[in-house]
Amino acid sequence: MKLTLRVWRQKNADAEGTMSTYEVDGISPDMSFLEMLDTLNEELILKGEDPVAFDHDCREGICGMCSLVINGEAHGPERTTTCQLHMRSFRDGDTIDIEPWRAAAFPVVKDLVVDRSAFDRIIQAGGYITAPTGSAPEAHATPVPKPDADYAFEHAECIGCGACVAACPNGAAMLFTSAKVNHLNVLPQGAPERETRVLDMVAQMDEEGFGGCTLAGECATACPKGIPLTSITRMNREWLRATRKAGKR
Amino acid sequence: MTSYTDYTTGAPAVDTKAPAGPIHERWDKRRFEAKLVNPANRRKHTVIVVGTGLAGGSAGATLAEQGYKVIQFCYQDSPRRAHSIAAQGGINAAKNYRNDGDSIHRLFYDTVKGGDFRARESNVHRLAQISVEIIDQCVAQGVPFAREYGGLLDTRSFGGVQVSRTFYARGQTGQQLLLGAYQALSRQIAAGNVEMHPRTEMLDLIVVDGRARGIVARDLITGRISTYFADAVVLASGGYGNVFYLSTNAMNSNATAVWRAHRRGAWFANPCFTQIHPTCIPRTGDHQSKLTLMSESLRNDGRIWVPKAKGDTRPPNEIPEDERDYYLERIYPSFGNLVPRDIASRAAKNVCDEGRGVGPGGQGVYLDFADAIERMGRKAVEAKYGNLFDMYQRITDEDPYQVPMRIYPAVHYTMGGLWVDYDLQTTVPGLFAIGEANFSDHGANRLGASALMQGLADGYFVLPATINDYLARNPHKDEVTDDHPVVREVLAETEDRLHLLLAVDGDRTPDSFHRELGELMWEFCGMARTDSGLRKALERIPQIRDEFWRRIKVPGTGEEFNQSLEKANRIVDYLELAELMCLDALHRTESCGGHFREESQTPDGEAARKDDEFAYAAAWEFTGTGEAPVLHKEDLVFEYVHPTQRSYA
Amino acid sequence: MARTVWDSTVGKKTVMAVSGLIMLLYLVVHMIGNLKIFFGPGEFNHYAHWLRTVGEPFMHYEWTLWVIRVVLLAAVVAHAVSAYQLSRRDIKARPRTYVHRKPRAGYATRTMRWGGVILGLFIVWHILDLTTGTVHSGGFETGKPYQNVVDTFSTWYGNAVYIVAMLALGLHIRHGFWSAAQTLGAGSRARDRALKTVANVLALLLTAGFIAVPVGVMTGVVS
Repeated sequence: MKLTLRVWRQKNADAEGTMSTYEVDGISPDMSFLEMLDTLNEELILKGEDPVAFDHDCREGICGMCSLVINGEAHGPERTTTCQLHMRSFRDGDTIDIEPWRAAAFPVVKDLVVDRSAFDRIIQAGGYITAPTGSAPEAHATPVPKPDADYAFEHAECIGCGACVAACPNGAAMLFTSAKVNHLNVLPQGAPERETRVLDMVAQMDEEGFGGCTLAGECATACPKGIPLTSITRMNREWLRATRKAGKR
Repeated sequence: MTSYTDYTTGAPAVDTKAPAGPIHERWDKRRFEAKLVNPANRRKHTVIVVGTGLAGGSAGATLAEQGYKVIQFCYQDSPRRAHSIAAQGGINAAKNYRNDGDSIHRLFYDTVKGGDFRARESNVHRLAQISVEIIDQCVAQGVPFAREYGGLLDTRSFGGVQVSRTFYARGQTGQQLLLGAYQALSRQIAAGNVEMHPRTEMLDLIVVDGRARGIVARDLITGRISTYFADAVVLASGGYGNVFYLSTNAMNSNATAVWRAHRRGAWFANPCFTQIHPTCIPRTGDHQSKLTLMSESLRNDGRIWVPKAKGDTRPPNEIPEDERDYYLERIYPSFGNLVPRDIASRAAKNVCDEGRGVGPGGQGVYLDFADAIERMGRKAVEAKYGNLFDMYQRITDEDPYQVPMRIYPAVHYTMGGLWVDYDLQTTVPGLFAIGEANFSDHGANRLGASALMQGLADGYFVLPATINDYLARNPHKDEVTDDHPVVREVLAETEDRLHLLLAVDGDRTPDSFHRELGELMWEFCGMARTDSGLRKALERIPQIRDEFWRRIKVPGTGEEFNQSLEKANRIVDYLELAELMCLDALHRTESCGGHFREESQTPDGEAARKDDEFAYAAAWEFTGTGEAPVLHKEDLVFEYVHPTQRSYA
Repeated sequence: MARTVWDSTVGKKTVMAVSGLIMLLYLVVHMIGNLKIFFGPGEFNHYAHWLRTVGEPFMHYEWTLWVIRVVLLAAVVAHAVSAYQLSRRDIKARPRTYVHRKPRAGYATRTMRWGGVILGLFIVWHILDLTTGTVHSGGFETGKPYQNVVDTFSTWYGNAVYIVAMLALGLHIRHGFWSAAQTLGAGSRARDRALKTVANVLALLLTAGFIAVPVGVMTGVVS
């Protein structure tokens, strides 16, 4: 396959960026999208040019490190991560636009690499259960109904890649935040911190400069792990409940 | 000039911390004998933790909870991304919830046997004891393990054992456990007890007056090289499988932290013990950048076969039942498709070597679910393995519900690592190694679902108990600063190395060297090793190293985000570590676990151990790049599990 | 608690949802009242007069109406201010758009924002036209709403403005009702279809009901 790539190039956080055009040839349909970029980079290095910087690590779709907007879609046309997107999803001769995640809370570090540390700070605000090592009761002491356990798992699947923010017209982090709130709040172990968790995480999310939710639904469409939009609804409910309870105290 | 093969043998390695007495009392005894640090004094102690995987994440969180000041590092943009996250299958624990005869002793026994009698009994027994607490801890953190309708935890069986002791969270157990540790760590970061440095890579160890006192690390965004000081340094930087270029490791997993520590005096044990995982997706071409693992749990229901006839190119569905060879079921009737990983991998290699492999290049065997689908129904298969099937289909463009999967072994895990004593302390006082980074509890072969167990055991429970002893016995000494001559020297060496990499300006990319080294290692130090092959590799590696320093091309500068520089610097260390792996494999003329020497096999092709010669862990001491190292043997004593030739037939 | 709500994006969305639902409830009543126009000037004018006497003798003349007006004004202001502040925040949170734009991305958000602005302007015109009579096209007469309505819809621009606004209203309610339900946490996977159906039906009924009046005037059914 022969392809034309238009790639966002930006030297560093402070520099102005621009789209640059590259031609790549000899691309196999069995290559992953990132292997296609590897091929481009090998050529650029030998030509003495700066290779395209992009984040990636596990290349199995689970670490959440890879992050490209391909032809206007976070992680490209398939519902998966960029590392699991294969070139057979494109056609010979295609022109492909590759851009970084765009959001004020995710400033560009270089080229296609962005800073997602805002996500870490949202988790730090309350995305955990306080259970110091050694303090745990016997695992079977608290049975968890299977539907609740499955519900928790479904939300715990979030890989923190940031595609939801990238796809959101408002650069909102509601789906990311709600996934963790739902995971922990549905479990009996998470109950003692149920209210503070949602209030603190939402406050931190706002603090980081993410936008608000207009329920456009783009986040859930882009999510490679299929976190549902109802996750946000449920978080709203948790937030209202927590606000009411906090108001009574 | 001495050749690398002219190693010398030094004083034996002795584990001075391991207590004596009945095995089930040793851990209690050690914990009691270990000195404690007064809680009020803990915040005066700083501990550096490198890595945020299961071992590092859990250690950082736990040490911070205890009151120590923790400075932690990871090269990823967030501590949540460490490669532990990719573990699929599950985590073992001797809970005996199934009432199927499991016990701490059985888990201990299975692990020692599965490791082909090359692990330390005391450590393994401790691991089995702690396994029980790990599950409790993770459940308390909200890890959403699979549950049954009654609300209790579900378990399944895993390769190499006959009890159902593996706890799991669909095919994403590693992810869920890691996020649990990450969340605990996040709480400590928010509390100000952990100073987290993401996108920062350790490049060297600072040893002052014989003690580990800090590290040199590079900020991967700005390129700034800085020093960090502490009272103890913990390496939780994972394994070194990426020496092989193609492996199931993450692209950026690397050996720099452990190799630099080795160069500064930490012995490296059993480097040749690498695990080749039997169920990976075969490679499709030269563009391949990594290999993807399919969980071993697939072997619970899938049947592995190849055509009986050589060069049979018919599509699998057209090959009739009686022309198929279900070779694992044939050779190992009692364990069948569930034999340990090393055995399954080697068997796959053998049938492919016979010319009966399937798929492009004949490098693959079938993993067939037709029977399972017929027996359990497609729905049940989907519920159990759906995400794995989807992943397979995405990568190969083939539907495993219709056509059997094709699998082939791939480098997955490294049992070798920094030599540590019972306290997980390396030979450099104050330097600890936990998780896959140490030579660990798995001997010559790791059982499925045991890596997660070991990482969390080390991080949550073992290290936090043993590091107290070191810190209590070595009270806060003089501050080390950048002005210290040792620090200045280490800093200068690091900077020089990076400058040199940038200055060569040759004509080959970092990846091209990495790939060349990887292919060499796969051929000569992979699934089957021979004297002549290893010698060939040992001759070739210094040549590649030499060529590397003449022809490497790294664009850009060191004062910026430069992924090529990161890569090249990691390859520098691979090029030295690979040599030690080959030497270790050459010196160990027996076969054991994942280390198969063609010269040492039973008449029917099984690994033949030589217990009278090799019942030891080989700990290597660094003497200089390309210089023959010194071998220190730690004799392994088996008081409880008596070595027998492993039999899974 | 009020501070928590107003300072949070989720809280502001709640304000929008609640105020939106208040306005929606009002619109349903308003539309039903409007349809009385098809029963002739007598019934329509009588209805308009009754609106001013609701609650008597407990309430004085027009008191109830003023209470409703105040509540509505508060709802409109709360809705608009929240929307304005949230939109500013949203635009700031996404300072740069993609070079390659996905065709439908942000469709709902855009219709809500522009639809909201159109509706805001419409309300101002609507009040000046039919409540105060300031910009009325014919000779506005207090207490003769039937004639006033007929006058308005006898001009082409009166019809055009009204119909465009009502179409915007339909789109706004279609996403807004469902969205409010999500914001208030009432949505769930099981209920999602039902909510969407209710939103669509509400949007359709209100749009059709409101547009029926100008259409009636134009076709001569109402004159």
